[in-house]
Amino acid sequence: MKRIYLDYNATTPVRPEVLEALLPYYREQFGNPSSVHWAGRQVSGAVEKAREQVAALLNCAPAEVVFLSCGTEADNMALKGTVDALREKGNHIITTTVEHPAVLETCNYLEKTGCRVTYLPVDSDGQLDLAELERAITPQTILISVMWANNETGNIYPIEQIGAIAKGRGIRFHTDAVQAVGKLEVDVQKANLDLLALSGHKLGAPKGVGVLYVRRGTRLTPFMHGGHQERNRRAGTHNVAGIVGLGKACELAMAERAATSARVRELRDRLEQGIFARVEQVKLNGHPTERLPNTLNISFAWIEGESLLLNLDMKGIAASSGSACTSGSLEPSHVLGAMCVEVTLAHSSTRFSLGPDTTAGDIDYVLEVLPPIVQRLRDMSPLYNCRQQESCAGVDCTIMQKL
Amino acid sequence: MYSEKVMDHFSNPRNVGEIDNPDGVGEVGNASCGDIMKIFLKVDNNVITDIKFKTFGCGAAIATSSMVTEMAIGKTIDEALALSNQAVAEALDGLPAQKMHCSNLAADALHEAIKNYKATHG
Repeated sequence: MKRIYLDYNATTPVRPEVLEALLPYYREQFGNPSSVHWAGRQVSGAVEKAREQVAALLNCAPAEVVFLSCGTEADNMALKGTVDALREKGNHIITTTVEHPAVLETCNYLEKTGCRVTYLPVDSDGQLDLAELERAITPQTILISVMWANNETGNIYPIEQIGAIAKGRGIRFHTDAVQAVGKLEVDVQKANLDLLALSGHKLGAPKGVGVLYVRRGTRLTPFMHGGHQERNRRAGTHNVAGIVGLGKACELAMAERAATSARVRELRDRLEQGIFARVEQVKLNGHPTERLPNTLNISFAWIEGESLLLNLDMKGIAASSGSACTSGSLEPSHVLGAMCVEVTLAHSSTRFSLGPDTTAGDIDYVLEVLPPIVQRLRDMSPLYNCRQQESCAGVDCTIMQKL
Repeated sequence: MYSEKVMDHFSNPRNVGEIDNPDGVGEVGNASCGDIMKIFLKVDNNVITDIKFKTFGCGAAIATSSMVTEMAIGKTIDEALALSNQAVAEALDGLPAQKMHCSNLAADALHEAIKNYKATHG
């Protein structure tokens, strides 16, 4: 059976060049980079080289790159570290309703410890109103945290404009750039960022390594104690092989990103246009143009996402869904909820996220097998016959919103 | 995640569809939790002679709907009323824990259809 992976926003395979670069650091060069002897020295050079590779991609100084375990840790450190370090300055955070749980749930936690958090709403395309962001700023505001690109819809947020606002008001600015790095040009100087979270396994490096970019002079309380690593910003023995792999992945992204993104965008558009041409009653979730080149989030009216995913899986196609059933919660995606997507449409949302290895043949195969699956599930759906005359557009907001 | 039996009933669901002029119809679930099941009955001499379902929902919802139709057909009304959601799940060799509460409603849909039959047929 064919195996087609269209879930690159969830994770990516380690790139062969990355694997080759990191393998020696498991056996031949096994030292602890904090050691003074030859074994340590061999390895500390590799960590510093990786730091330079990451810094080059982000356009920052190597000393501003903090290696840690994953994107979630980076977001936790950015938020909790800021709140603790700027305690005397204020306690108000501005973020959005569509953030990844790494930011949202950290904010929920910080609210319990006495912070006030503003969650900015989005419109039906999933975009922010920057005037609303400006209105939310108070003298107590210590941090603005807005994701660079959304993992579910692929929506891209105007990080440079938000950076200018934050800088103008003297407020620290963090972005969760986990989905952006490797897919978009990410320049922390242009965007006036103080903090940025990235994750290795989203761009062809292994799982278990991430980075928090911390602008020089940004006071941040470390929350991992027990070592002097990373200039006392993050304790714990370095994941040397992972770090080397991440460095290599950043170097590759630097060289290939523009060309890869252009190719992936063409394939994504082929998939999007192909689905719209072949299946009726579908809805694009997300902004038509301000969107990652690899992401397509689409709802197929009258059917539920998990049953669609299972059927695709039986044909060898791996995709993902915003349906409650796939997330282990009762509510469908909070992102689609924030966008007021009608509840059955939210349950039917399906995300295809393409990557550098995706081919035109993969897309054509999906376009061949998807329409009959959708039709079969619709024929089974009690919603289909009675409501197929209604349009997908213009429905009321019926999702329960948590925030 | 799902047992072989669940996947069998999910990929080859039994008794999908609607019955013209049914003797009883039952619907349970709601859109916000992502599962809606509708069951149609034909009853003759107190015995379920035909049963069909339509379901909007996840793999577990479709498989339990299919299974309950297989279990109910040929049973008397009283026997069918004794079928529980738990029995349906067991007949499928179990369901993942998170599916037990939200997607395991097929017996409820059957019971609703029987209630509807009783209400309309004295």
